[in-house]
Amino acid sequence: MLKKSLNILIGFSILLIIWQILVVFGKYNEYFLPSPIKVFFGIIELITDGSLFIHIRISLFRFFVGYILAIFAGITLGLLLGWLTKLWGVIDPIVQFIRPISPIAWFPFIVLWFGIGDLPAIVVIFIASFFPILLSTISAVQKINPIYLKIAKNFGIKQPYVFSKIIFPAAFPYIMIGLHLALGAAWIFLVAGEMVGAQSGLGFLIIDSRNNLRTDLVLAGIIFIGVLGVILDKLIKILENWILKNWGMEPSEKDVL
Amino acid sequence: MFYKLYIKIDKINKIYTDNHSKEVKVIDDFNLDIEKGEFLCILGVSGCGKTTLLNLLAGFEQATTGKIYIDGKEVDGPSPNCIMTFQNFGLLPWRTVQKNVELGLEAKRIDKKKIKEIANQYIEMVGLSKFKKYHPSQLSSGMQQRVAIARALCVEPEVILMDEPLGALDSITRMKMQDEILNIWEKKKNTIIFVTHDIDESVYLADRIVIMTPHFGKIKAIIDVDLPRRRDRTSIEFLKFIDKVFVQLGLNK
Repeated sequence: MLKKSLNILIGFSILLIIWQILVVFGKYNEYFLPSPIKVFFGIIELITDGSLFIHIRISLFRFFVGYILAIFAGITLGLLLGWLTKLWGVIDPIVQFIRPISPIAWFPFIVLWFGIGDLPAIVVIFIASFFPILLSTISAVQKINPIYLKIAKNFGIKQPYVFSKIIFPAAFPYIMIGLHLALGAAWIFLVAGEMVGAQSGLGFLIIDSRNNLRTDLVLAGIIFIGVLGVILDKLIKILENWILKNWGMEPSEKDVL
Repeated sequence: MFYKLYIKIDKINKIYTDNHSKEVKVIDDFNLDIEKGEFLCILGVSGCGKTTLLNLLAGFEQATTGKIYIDGKEVDGPSPNCIMTFQNFGLLPWRTVQKNVELGLEAKRIDKKKIKEIANQYIEMVGLSKFKKYHPSQLSSGMQQRVAIARALCVEPEVILMDEPLGALDSITRMKMQDEILNIWEKKKNTIIFVTHDIDESVYLADRIVIMTPHFGKIKAIIDVDLPRRRDRTSIEFLKFIDKVFVQLGLNK
């Protein structure tokens, strides 16, 4: 724990020093890479005028709406398609075709269908997180130990209880891995989604600052996206370990921080 | 010694079709009558069809020809009246001991308080009251099998099918568990059909031992083990029965 904090400290100190050296010795306009100090004051400026928190709040709101909708849709469809293997055989090729397409490629249609504002960003996040959740749920259902289903039959457990008592809980730890993957993917596309269609949020902050030639604020925005990404990842890791523990499995890592 | 004819296995044949669409006979013209409250061991090498036979009795699979009757009713699917236990216990890892035992009761229309009461009674019977809140992964294999047995018992099945239930245990734990199974059987008087490949185990537990041929799922011999209960594994009489089994398996020199 202490060693880990020390590593973080050392790593970021080195990064800051290299950054400062580049700024001091580089012969270029300050605009190309603002100094750490300038970015620091940029952050202070965003905090004191309160705009940072507004952007963060809006970004997180969009993020969670898109992500949670994807969780519901992905798990529900995943449980069904994992169970109905013949139907999945037909749908699988279509999913394999759509999945590698970046959600951003859909943007012209997303704007046509959903207009501007919160919705396009939410839709992009939804698309980005939906596929990892869907696919991990399907494979989790297909990997369920057949003995569990035999036992359910033997004790006379019928639908929908086979789903609620056996299939879902048996699949859940593996679904959780999909939720973790999806969180990372969705966070990456949040910024992209806000850069094109939105008038607020962290992605918009970056584009807006660029338009005003404030590259210090661009960097401040980038830093906050990174920090929030790390926090979200840690939070879901804690949730994942808590679930694994309550599911009678050993957490993969004991020290989550 | 027994009350009446209870299970009738009537000219069972089971044929599987393998990957090359060749037909493989796993059970061949199998006939057996089992009486209520009997402890029957089915002894044979791996691949002799003994697990298939249990699957047919449990209703997980259907015979190609022939019929099985339990208490006069034809077996046409799985039923809580005939519970199977497995070598790897088949516990649900996300449920605690308590919740695992309650699983079978949840399918019945009983209220939660009653479910808990019944489950507690059987957890106590297998001596795991202190471990109710543990998950299976926190228990030893012997304890896990006791949870599985408690879970099977608490729906009060007439028949318990045990598929090498002690196969995953070390030999000392195994002997202790054999005694515990006998204790429970003496108390509950279920009909137990116990599949094993351990000769000593079958002579220690069984009223009758059905010895299978190595292939084709046929009965090689049936041995009545008419020794008084709490058999002494080192007594001459016990060893005589071991020898009888050896003869049938072609192992004695």
